[in-house]
Amino acid sequence: MGMSADEIERLIREAIPDAEVAITDLAGDGDHYAAKVVSPAFKDMPRVKQHQKVYAALGGRMGGELHALQLQTAAPQETERD
Amino acid sequence: MTEAKERIEDIVRKNEVVLFMKGTPLFPQCGFSSRAVAILERLGANYESVDVLQDPEIRQTIKEFSDWPTIPQLYVKGEFVGGSDIMMEMFENGELQELVGAAAE
Repeated sequence: MGMSADEIERLIREAIPDAEVAITDLAGDGDHYAAKVVSPAFKDMPRVKQHQKVYAALGGRMGGELHALQLQTAAPQETERD
Repeated sequence: MTEAKERIEDIVRKNEVVLFMKGTPLFPQCGFSSRAVAILERLGANYESVDVLQDPEIRQTIKEFSDWPTIPQLYVKGEFVGGSDIMMEMFENGELQELVGAAAE
């Protein structure tokens, strides 16, 4: 069983309140998502730590209940390069 | 568990570039592992791979070791680099080539 996009977004926002979160359901099966998380908290934080912070927000569901979450994280100004 | 941790320490110490993955580079057993292999092949990297599906203890322990919940996981020069999303991002901006290239010298 997977998780809903709303649930993923809620958990991330709970842990990182100032985050902008965009979830895309990649396969429509409730199990394969892409998430883009932008937060000032990520400023000057190594990428691995940024991802670890999001995984921590998901409280152990990643790799279990939630099989596939493509993750992209950034601090606000970094996204302007996109 | 301690024994598995020692084995992981030994693997990342002895191999400059090592990918913990599901399956083998020739037969990856998961899309994310497949993507990680494709990136390393594209870079022409000289890398070692560990199939965690053949070793349940390593499979469990590597997640705690790296504080990372998923496979694949890339280590370069004993340092955890990230999973396939980070590898892709670093591949696209040239960082990974620099890192892996430096390890090969």
